[in-house]
Formats: sequence, C-alpha cells, structure tokens
Amino acid sequence: MAPLTIRALAFAQRGPYDFTVRSGECLGLEGASGAGKTLLLRAIADLDPHEGSVLLGDLDCREISGPAWRTKVGLLPAESHWWHDRVGEHFRELDPDDLERLRLLGFDRSVLSWQVSRLSTGEKQRLALVRLLQNQPEALLLDEPTGNLHSSNVAQVEQVLQQYRLGRAVPLLWVSHDPEQLGRVAARVMHMHRDGSLEMLQPGRA
Amino acid sequence: MGVKPLSAVDLALAAGLVLVLGLCSYRLRLGLEKRLAVSAFRTTVQLLLIGQVLNILFARGDFLFVAGVSLLMLLVAGREVSARQNRRIRGVQGWLLGTGAMFVSSFTVAYIALAVIIGNEPWYAPRYAIPLLGMLLGNTMNGIALSMDRMTETIWQQRQVIEQRLLLGQSGAEATAEIRRQALRSGMIPIINAMAVAGLVSLPGMMTGQILGGSSPMDAVKYQILIMFLIAAGTGFGVMVAIWQLRRNLFDDRERLRLDQLQRR
Repeated sequence: MAPLTIRALAFAQRGPYDFTVRSGECLGLEGASGAGKTLLLRAIADLDPHEGSVLLGDLDCREISGPAWRTKVGLLPAESHWWHDRVGEHFRELDPDDLERLRLLGFDRSVLSWQVSRLSTGEKQRLALVRLLQNQPEALLLDEPTGNLHSSNVAQVEQVLQQYRLGRAVPLLWVSHDPEQLGRVAARVMHMHRDGSLEMLQPGRA
Repeated sequence: MGVKPLSAVDLALAAGLVLVLGLCSYRLRLGLEKRLAVSAFRTTVQLLLIGQVLNILFARGDFLFVAGVSLLMLLVAGREVSARQNRRIRGVQGWLLGTGAMFVSSFTVAYIALAVIIGNEPWYAPRYAIPLLGMLLGNTMNGIALSMDRMTETIWQQRQVIEQRLLLGQSGAEATAEIRRQALRSGMIPIINAMAVAGLVSLPGMMTGQILGGSSPMDAVKYQILIMFLIAAGTGFGVMVAIWQLRRNLFDDRERLRLDQLQRR
C-alpha cells in the first residue's frame, strides 16, 4: 500500500501540517485534549474543509469523490454511532477475515442479531473497528481506538490493528492519550502542542 | 343567482356574539378578551382591505397587474417560510430555497389549472387566478415550512450519526435518506389527511363560500375536488423541491455535512 502524505494541510486557523505516514508504518499522535488531534484526523479524512493536500501515494484526495476518499482513508472516531436497530444491518456479508476479527475481539457470528441499544460502549467500539475494516481502507486514522475499552480488550484491538497494518502494509495514524500504548504500537510518535503545532518525539526510530 | 348582501348591521350582530364571548372570558378570567378583541379587529380590517384590493384587481385585470400581485403574495409566503424555521440556511440562499420551491410548484400547478383545466379567456383572469394561487401558496407554504424545519432539526440532532455514515463512505444522500423521507412525509401528510376527511368531518371553506354565494352544490363540490387535487400536487412537488435543495445546501461538493450553513433563529 501507498504512504499517506500530508502536505501544507491547513484548516480553521491551524497548520500548515507536513508529515508522512509511511507504508506499513504506525505513527503515533499524542497531546493535550483540545489541542486539535481529532480535527486533524477529520481534515485528513476530508470531513472538514481544508487547504493544502492529502495524498495516498500519488492520489490527491481532490481527484476522487469525498465518499470514495473516505472509503480508502478510514477514520475510526472515538465514539462510534449506529443507526439501524440491529448490529448486522450495519455490516456487509462477512468474509473469513471479518469473522476472524470478530473472533479475536470476543464475538461470534451471533452478534449480528444483537440489538444495538443493548451494546455497551466498549462493544460498540470494538464492533465499529470490524465495520470500518470491511471497507478495506488503504490508510487508517484511529482516534483513541481503545479509549472506552476494558484493559482486557485493549490488547485484542491492538492485535487486530497490527495484523491489518502488517498484512497490507497500510499506513496508520494512531491518536492516544496513553504513552505506553504508543510505545507498544507506534514506530514514531508526534506530539501536538496546545497551539496545534506538531513535534516529532522520536525521529527516525523505525 | 347572486349572494344576499350583508349590511353593516348584520355584521354588527355577529360581532355582538364575539362581544358576549369576550364578556364570558372576562368573567371566567381566561385573560383572552384583549387578544380576542385585537384578532376580531384585525380580521375585519385585513379582510376589508383585501376586498378593496380584489375590487381594483378585478376591474383592471391586465396581466402585469395580476403578475405583480402574485409576486407580492409569493414574497410574503417566502418570508413566512423563513420565519417558521428554527434553524435555516444562512443568507439569501435560505430565503431563495423555500421561495423557489413554492414558486416552482404553486405557479406551475396554478398555470396548468387556469390555462388547461379551467380554460378561461384570458387564462390569468384575476377572479380565478388570485384566489386559486392564494389557496395553493397558503398550503404549499405550510407543507414546505413543516418539512424543511423537520429536516434541518433532525439533521442537527443526528449530526454525529450522519458524519459516522459519511466516514464509512456513504454520500450525503445515502446518509440522510431516511431523514429526508420523514421530512417529505411530514410535509405531505396534512393535505393527504385533509383529502381523506373532506366532506365527512368538515365542509371545506371554499366550497361553503361558493354555496353561500349561490352556486349549486355540485358545481361547488367539483371545484373543491379540483382544488384539493391541485393543493396535493402543489404541496407534494413543492416539498420535494425544497427537501432536494436543502440537502444540496447542507452537503458540499465533497459530501461533507456543512452545519455551518445553518443559523439559529
């Protein structure tokens, strides 16, 4: 898969941001709440208006439609949302990869018939990951993917994400408040200061 | 057969009933007597005024004059639609949206009714054109205002769900399909219900007026059926145009949800 390149990205009096998430690399992003980490992810997914460009390999996000871009560059929001009554209505036909991910995250096929209203926050978050990966995104933006999880489930989510990244050499941008987690999963870590500026903490440690 | 004219004394007698109602309101301490008086006064003055306007209109009857009055009615209705929105699209766009939808549907339907169905010579004869357009505008105005308000309000409340759907690669149209369907329904259901009970629960005002005015009941009924169909078509198509345009205004060319386009009243 191709690297994700952020070039002179500016929005809402923030930026310009310039950095690259290499193919198959997990780049960590930490910083105080309210610094604008989520806004940065939203701009990269082209969910908010922005200037500058975001490229997946040679493909500029403006060359394809917004929905097509967001299918390729998948953003997992900190809080997932569901609109149908049952879990299964949010999913396409499950393939073996999907079933394997469900199993790793502690579910089986029967989860599809569950009522969304009965899911816990943590269950929703884990299922949202499987739902997003069904799009087979070529780059992943993760906003606190384990933020609402019980510690016993954190390792499983990390494992699913690392498998996906390594299996397809997908670039991953991982936002977390937990320095230990970023130490485990990320090759490099960026820090976002309160003014929104970025600083690479461990440059080159690949 | 003409209508038996009412004298000022006749109306004063009817006003006496309202006066008694006001006294009751005072004795029962409903606190409605002032509002009752103001409303009764307003209805008298406004209707007398419009009577004068229609007198002039019917006497002149040239196209430009009819067109001018129609335009004025449209502008007032457009203002009313904007005023009834809790959250509306910013600036001229927002006003154009509701007014444009009303213009497209009401004026088209009114033209078809006048020129093709009723077939007057000339088709814009004000005795037919103005009341017909008035009734169409009044009803499409209600439908459009209701459905637009429903749609903006629901999208505002469900913005996070909509953005989640956009994030999964859906377009704005896909992400709001159910919301738009509900908004369309809420705009169209009042007229559908009105058609279902017409004649059973209520005698429509226009028909009553026509019968009082001396028309045969069957003639009045046929006109009422025509009006019902016209209002249903005008409201339905107007609501569709409004919801379609509203969706185009709330999502940009990158299919992002642009709630910054909304302003609260």
